[in-house]
Amino acid sequence: MGEMLLNVNGKPYTVNAPAEESLLSVLRNHLNLTGTKYGCGEGQCGACTVLMDGAATRSCSIPAAAAAGAKITTIEGLEQNGRLTAVQQAFLDEGAFQCGYCTSGMIMSVTALLRDEHTPNEEEILGAMNGNVCRCGTYPRILEAIKRASGHAAGGGAR
Amino acid sequence: MSPHELQMLEREQNFGTSGGDTTDGKSQLDRRDFLKFLGGGLLVCLTPLPSFAQESGHAFGSHELPTDISAWLHIDADGRVKVFTGKVEVGQNIRTSLAQAVAEELRVPFDSITMIMGDTDLVPWDMGTFGSRTTPTMAPQLRNMAVAGRELLVEMAAQRWNTDSSKLIAAAGRVATPDGSKSLTYGELTRGEALVKSVAGDPPFTPATDWKIAGTPVPKANGRDFVTGKHQFPSDVVRPGMMFGAVLRPDGFNATLASLDTSAAEKMPSVKVVHEGDFTGVVADDPFLAERALKLIQAQWSVPDQQGNQGLFEYLKNSPDGKAEGADHAADALAQAIAGADVQLEARYTVEYIAHAPLEPRAAVAEWNNGKLTVWTGTQRPFGVREELMQTFQLPADKVRVLQPDMGSGYGGKHTGEAAIEAARLSKAAGKPVKVVWTREEEFTWAYFRPAGLIEIKAGARRDGTLVAWEFHNYNSGPAAIGTPYEVASKLIQYHPAKSPLRQGSYRGLAATANHFARESHMDEMAHALKMDPVAFRMKNLSNPRLKSVLQAATDKFGWTVAKSAPERGYGVACGTDKGGFVATCAEVAIDPATKQVRIRRVVEAWESGAIVNPDGLRNQMQGAIIQAIGGALFERILFGNGRVQNPLFSKYRLPRFTDTPQVEIVLLDRKDLPSAGAGETGLVGLAPAVGNAIFAATGKRLRSMPMTPDDNKLPA
Repeated sequence: MGEMLLNVNGKPYTVNAPAEESLLSVLRNHLNLTGTKYGCGEGQCGACTVLMDGAATRSCSIPAAAAAGAKITTIEGLEQNGRLTAVQQAFLDEGAFQCGYCTSGMIMSVTALLRDEHTPNEEEILGAMNGNVCRCGTYPRILEAIKRASGHAAGGGAR
Repeated sequence: MSPHELQMLEREQNFGTSGGDTTDGKSQLDRRDFLKFLGGGLLVCLTPLPSFAQESGHAFGSHELPTDISAWLHIDADGRVKVFTGKVEVGQNIRTSLAQAVAEELRVPFDSITMIMGDTDLVPWDMGTFGSRTTPTMAPQLRNMAVAGRELLVEMAAQRWNTDSSKLIAAAGRVATPDGSKSLTYGELTRGEALVKSVAGDPPFTPATDWKIAGTPVPKANGRDFVTGKHQFPSDVVRPGMMFGAVLRPDGFNATLASLDTSAAEKMPSVKVVHEGDFTGVVADDPFLAERALKLIQAQWSVPDQQGNQGLFEYLKNSPDGKAEGADHAADALAQAIAGADVQLEARYTVEYIAHAPLEPRAAVAEWNNGKLTVWTGTQRPFGVREELMQTFQLPADKVRVLQPDMGSGYGGKHTGEAAIEAARLSKAAGKPVKVVWTREEEFTWAYFRPAGLIEIKAGARRDGTLVAWEFHNYNSGPAAIGTPYEVASKLIQYHPAKSPLRQGSYRGLAATANHFARESHMDEMAHALKMDPVAFRMKNLSNPRLKSVLQAATDKFGWTVAKSAPERGYGVACGTDKGGFVATCAEVAIDPATKQVRIRRVVEAWESGAIVNPDGLRNQMQGAIIQAIGGALFERILFGNGRVQNPLFSKYRLPRFTDTPQVEIVLLDRKDLPSAGAGETGLVGLAPAVGNAIFAATGKRLRSMPMTPDDNKLPA
């Protein structure tokens, strides 16, 4: 067990956890940020996606200790003063979910994609999203949500 | 619950008989406590009438009900409506669609309704959420309660105003006189009163042509909680002082423990090892430490040699488990009919075991308080899990409560309560609440699978395309939708239960997928053998107008008449029906000339299941069904041998992904004159045969095994 300092959603946290414990486990089980999900534990499904300094990162596959010093954003950190981001709103407007278990990871991956590329083409979308699995099969709707959100982003910023 | 019992349940549901659950159906709070929980207001209960016995099994069909609460609907003093049901939300959107049905009949805004689902202390007993039964059975039940509630509210207003109740109008949560001079909200009518109305009859429902809330695309209830991460799935539940558990798994199926050494794990600080009979698990403050402790346990297992993928289908055919289902007296006549047919065709089709792979694996949090066990878990059968817990811990029903938060889906894979039992065992030993979340590998290995199966078909037709003989044998995969919707004079259709080497059970669409794959592929083969257009051949032998309508609608939208297949581009079609839904699917595939990889480019699916309750939810189900079906059609399969699953990880078990997603177009036919059927399953069944038929149309290669292209989407050599 060791102490580490994490910056999550703009807040500093001191966490006492084994150094090898995954960032996912620390977020969920030490910080009670359960919006980030476990799906496979091997970075294959994207349910655990968070942003580290803006980049989409599979939190199941890195030790929390390796995230010390980075700005970590989880799904809980997107909404500001009751306002959804364009990406969150687009998922809601398109009804781009069924059970919703993959939704956090999907939204984080899309958020990272649209930060880097406001109007991604199809190849860029597939490249960024193919690591995220929706077992309910809502991909067509998520693609619509990405189009909708990227339109917003192009039209005046992500927020 | 054994795999066979699971299949029995599924079958009983399909055939509409009542269930075999042994629960006594008693609700766990007495009436006074229940009313206290709800506060004052109007409580609509169910009088035990045989007409309700079907869905609710013995609970309400039996004669001992007076002490039960059995309440379905409560209107509180603020006009808020609580609806109670044992059905659970797993992404199929019934939290929304059931609330729409109630809002419609009760004449209240959709937003005034809160659905209380899957909490065994609060909701009436229910067999479980499977078999596409919620819409055809639970929705009418709740509508019944809503009509009764509305009628009582109108009577209350009539009494208060000393007027004729038939002149009053209920709308938007109010009862009013026709001229609007007098008006009271439901809350004002029920305020401060604890009223109980029992419902006996079957009151008339609002016809679908008059629906204002049902029939509209109401967005998912609590949708915002899913885009903000606020929704608490079963694996997200946290209890004060909660610890984390992990369970020792055998080295393979049917293994026996040869030796066990837990000493190293026991030396870890803040770790407790629990060993009871065959069960060994650990509890720790931190899940990582629990996993680490588990790895320190030294266990030797003896695993017997077992059947694997090699020779599986012959094994299933040669390992009967009970008598075949389906009449066989017609065998002689059938053999004659086939022998006399102008065109005869015989083929065998296979489907492999596949996994449900819900993105949220099995999870449970258990806690014990004063001898009462409470478990939050992801299950399609909260009352079934309660029963399992009662048996495991020798507890009466009132000492076990199971709660089911809306979960990370199941697809038929979460009928059982393994994680609930494990968490409860560990919690009991630790004296603290304990959470158990299965790893992906555990979910792949220790849950159950969609049955593998072998299907053998012989068919005969006259040269004019009239189907005259149909012989169909399904080994192991199941009897759902085994019948043929085509008119055929002579037929023999049998399901042969087999001893499955893997634990198998329910699945979204279950055997309907295999039976449709085989039948619709074979119909395509017949059409080609007859040199007929596959749609024309089907139409010639169909009489069911609902099936013909979806086939027409799908092929029209697809542009079937101008879709001419070529070596690198193929077009295929399939249709069918199960569980009250009618589906037709057209697929366009592209075959890469260099790599021989198959890619599904476009899918058009037409669907009809009576009056549409929520067109957007229905469209979502159909789109999702198509995407999910791509996995089983092209690449999903469980590899196993000698008691071990060899691909129990997402890196080894390929799931449909964004790059597999075709252009999907859904045509919904809204039959407002027909009762609504369930739509969670049957949307899957047309995809695999439509794709197989398209591949044949392009390449001349007939693929009769699901998955069809397991090797990196490549056409088999």
